[in-house]
Amino acid sequence: MNLRKYLEVYNKFLHTSLASELEYKTNILIDLITAILSLIGSIFLLSIFFQNNGYIGGWKFEQALIIQAIYTILNGITNTWFNPNLTEIVKHIREGTLDFVLLKPIDSQFFISLKKINPSGILEIILGFFLLFFCIKINQINLNLSFLTLSLITISCSICILYSLWFFISTTTIWFVKTWNAIEVLRSFLYIGRFPLNSFSFSLRVFFSIFIPITFITTIPSEVFLGLSQVWKILLEVFVATVFLVTSRKFWLFALKFYSSASS
Amino acid sequence: MVQNIIDVRNLSKSFDISSKEPGLKGTIKHFFNRKTKSLKVIKDISFEIKEGEIVGFLGANGAGKTTILKMLCGLIYPSEGSILVSGHLPFRRKGNFLKNITLIMGQKQQLIWDLPPIESFYLNASIYDLDKFEAKKRIKKLSEMLEIDEELFIPVRKLSLGQRMKSELLAALIHEPNILFLDEPTLGLDINAQRNLRKFLKKYNKDTNATICLTSHYMKDITSLCERVICVHEGRISYDGKLNLLLKKLSPVKEILIVCRSEKDATRLESSGFTVKNKIKNEITLKIENNSITSSLKTILNNFDIEDLFINEPPIDEIIGKVLIKKDYDI
Repeated sequence: MNLRKYLEVYNKFLHTSLASELEYKTNILIDLITAILSLIGSIFLLSIFFQNNGYIGGWKFEQALIIQAIYTILNGITNTWFNPNLTEIVKHIREGTLDFVLLKPIDSQFFISLKKINPSGILEIILGFFLLFFCIKINQINLNLSFLTLSLITISCSICILYSLWFFISTTTIWFVKTWNAIEVLRSFLYIGRFPLNSFSFSLRVFFSIFIPITFITTIPSEVFLGLSQVWKILLEVFVATVFLVTSRKFWLFALKFYSSASS
Repeated sequence: MVQNIIDVRNLSKSFDISSKEPGLKGTIKHFFNRKTKSLKVIKDISFEIKEGEIVGFLGANGAGKTTILKMLCGLIYPSEGSILVSGHLPFRRKGNFLKNITLIMGQKQQLIWDLPPIESFYLNASIYDLDKFEAKKRIKKLSEMLEIDEELFIPVRKLSLGQRMKSELLAALIHEPNILFLDEPTLGLDINAQRNLRKFLKKYNKDTNATICLTSHYMKDITSLCERVICVHEGRISYDGKLNLLLKKLSPVKEILIVCRSEKDATRLESSGFTVKNKIKNEITLKIENNSITSSLKTILNNFDIEDLFINEPPIDEIIGKVLIKKDYDI
């Protein structure tokens, strides 16, 4: 893989999709307002849950706010990259425009995963980071190199798991043609990631850790921030992320053999 | 000797197709117990195409033309048989192969809808490893050939269908491929836009010696571009050869409308032994075999007082229509 070429193509992707989005100024403004209101609403909802005794699953409100911050960052990444690109796969397959992607001398997964960008999602990422820095301050977290490295590793793994899950579901479109519902189910499961894993019953903890590893996505990075995480959990997250990423890649290459293109 | 650039041997393709009975009962049955059957859409076909040839694929809707084209460019895996395009197995979609080919579909587009075409051209240029200078040079050259200029800077959604198709062509040719797969490229275009597109393709083929495989339901595309046609009928090749031989075989006579100076001359011509289609006053339409047109016209001009005459080519759509519904044409 020619890294320089891919960086240059990605630079063009950024440029063209930003230019496309900026054609519709009002739409961007509405998206920005929605992102701010959504964050305020989520924090408000979280504060209601904590009103009774101040603890859920052993987490204080200030600590749970870290999960909300990480969720906001990940949701921002979802809205910036995953949503505009991965939902488009379904459209590409239904309408047969995947033909143009497959006939380009570039990795098809790279092309369909990164071609578009939604700038309003970037505001969510920024808001998430603001909230995260606020949490670091109120929880008196000591920022050091190992803490930053572990945070970066766990958040990157979370992004990989989220991306792989979404990409895996989108790939099944090659057989099932319509998978909007499955993607909606995944998105609604993601909301669960705003709450600490310990706040769920044992059976749900197992379900959200093994079958749909949503809780890996937010809880483990949050535990790193609070210094509560154990090494085995971090290693497990790295392992899960690698398995998901490799499997989704292999599955995509396998699925392409069954691509029959849309009729003309 | 001109090399074969496309070599297809015993190619077949099957798809799993599900069918549904009408009505609510049929829908419920279809949802719970979907029955699929394997349908062979391409059946054991073989052909070769030489470098620089323009070949038209003819066939009724659903005959399998587009499926053949998609297998040739590597989008669909063949079920049986072998394909070699420019020395490559197309379905492996290797970089060197993809840099050599392009697919243009009249009913699908790759240009970015909200941006001017120029943005899509530069994106494609970076995908095909072209630097900015080279891309600019090629865009200039192709836009001159396609006679587009200001349109390059207007958002695609505001362009007419004809302008959009020209831009699609430019986007698809920026890497200067030497094999072009065109699936109904003139679909929906007006007569002038169709003519311009054909003119461009002819010139591109002449300048670059590119091989062109074309499907179209507009016979004018086929007659003005393709010397050779491959007729596909229900997944099989029913004819593969020169277009003019096919036309001659299927339409051995021409109709000649003769306007005589007087009705008397027309009556005399009517009884002179030619096959008459009809006669109205001083106008008479004769049916004359292709191989005796020159001698017949000589006789008529020498013996009758003629004011004007018109040679009518038989409607090509009608002739080709005959081919599309027959299984085999042995010329």
